[in-house]
Amino acid sequence: MPEVVWILIEALIKAVCILTMILLSAATFVYFERKISALIQNRYGPNRVGPFGVLQPFADVFKLFLKEDLVPKASDKWVHRYAPIISLGVTVAVFAVIPFANYFTIGTGETARKIYMGIAPNLNIGFLFILAMTSVGVYGITLAGWSSNNKYSLLGGLRSSAQMISYELSMGLSVIGVLLVSNYFTTAQNGSWTNTLSLNTIVMNQSGWKWNILLQPLGFLIFLVSAFAETNRAPFDLPEAEPELVGGFNTEYSGMKFGMFFLAEYGNMATSGAIITLLFLGGWQLPFPAQWLGLTEGSIWLAIAQFASFLLKIILVAVFFIWVRWSIPRFRYDQLMNLGWKVMLPLALLNIVITGIVLLIIS
Amino acid sequence: MNKTKNTESERMTFWEKIYIPEIARGMGLTLQQVFKPKFTRQYPEEVWEPEGSYRGRPVLVKDEDGERCVACGLCSRVCPALAIEVQASETDKDKERYPVKFEINMLRCIFCGFCEEVCPEEAIVMSKDYHLVFQSQEEAILGKDKLEVPIAKLQDRLEFLRQYR
Repeated sequence: MPEVVWILIEALIKAVCILTMILLSAATFVYFERKISALIQNRYGPNRVGPFGVLQPFADVFKLFLKEDLVPKASDKWVHRYAPIISLGVTVAVFAVIPFANYFTIGTGETARKIYMGIAPNLNIGFLFILAMTSVGVYGITLAGWSSNNKYSLLGGLRSSAQMISYELSMGLSVIGVLLVSNYFTTAQNGSWTNTLSLNTIVMNQSGWKWNILLQPLGFLIFLVSAFAETNRAPFDLPEAEPELVGGFNTEYSGMKFGMFFLAEYGNMATSGAIITLLFLGGWQLPFPAQWLGLTEGSIWLAIAQFASFLLKIILVAVFFIWVRWSIPRFRYDQLMNLGWKVMLPLALLNIVITGIVLLIIS
Repeated sequence: MNKTKNTESERMTFWEKIYIPEIARGMGLTLQQVFKPKFTRQYPEEVWEPEGSYRGRPVLVKDEDGERCVACGLCSRVCPALAIEVQASETDKDKERYPVKFEINMLRCIFCGFCEEVCPEEAIVMSKDYHLVFQSQEEAILGKDKLEVPIAKLQDRLEFLRQYR
């Protein structure tokens, strides 16, 4: 068979696995959210459906499938239908460039194939792709708000776009520090700089506890706060602020269309967890040298161990997200904008300047 | 000149303004809550037993001589929701009268306890039963067979009532 067919089959299998994983992770995070919020409020949380209530999210989604799908008469039907699809699609699309572990090889000699864990982990514009995709994510929510033909929905959608645009700036700028550091390590290793935007390179450069959270603490903080704003989660959940906007952009959505927004919200949590892990928490790097497990690079067991470490880090980030949501009240709109433009943006710029000066001095 | 600190930024100290330590404190507080005992009662397994003062489903008292009710119809008259229907008939016993038909429509009942208050024979009392599940409107109309409860099960309520007689 020609090489192209193999590549297609490989990509298809990976795509199916990743898609399943995202939906499962969304379900897991829904369960975590309900359980952790219950614990924080001195309750038990779901404990009836399945052991410890682990099947609760599936029951939730099943209920949403059976609900009537109401579409407002005055709405723009087509946009109303496609907005949740954009929202969920973008969440899934980001996972195309995320490396889940280092490569492993199957076969020996001439027939050996390097299998990368991820569809395009070495894409040389990897990080740009993520930024682009998260920007498109705004469309899902804004179009949902606009097409519903409802004041509250429109306000929710507008808030969301204003918020995302404001925080995307500091988010992008905070990562430049990471890229500078990563570039420095690549240059020190190879003498030239190539592939610096590829996520796999960024992860490779964090091996041996050179995690960017330690090298770029300020950048990490800015990125974390921006990630909260980007995923529309508390304390920045203004687009769906219940007391003021009924349900925000999803007021007029019901049934599985609402379910898709719901899944997208929790999928987004997985996405931003993955991005934070890749950029700042060492990605799939194990917290100890791989030799301790007696495994060499390229073996499938090492890839699985790295994958497990990656998943564990994502889950810890997601639990942190949930913990924050149930601790901190929502920001007021002017506070949100003040924080975004007057604090985060200057801090992100300061971070770039400091990183640049330090790297210039040591190199 | 008014020197009170009015705006938010004047009231807060520097450390409060940069949010991070305060947020960490708040999250510490929520973390503490996780390990505190829970107040939830696991309902179907763990059933709450009410006190004698509880006004649950109204029932008819049945003592050694059988039912106490003399079908005077006062409960039916006083019921603000018109939930009770009584039809009297004669009997050979000392009290001469008894209800042939005694129905309480539980969809109408508002658990006010007026029937119990007005009853001269202490024959209708509010029980502790709060598991009221009906699958149709007909099922919710309770007849004598479902209303009559042996006196032994109602001691708490009768004792409670006697305190105020």
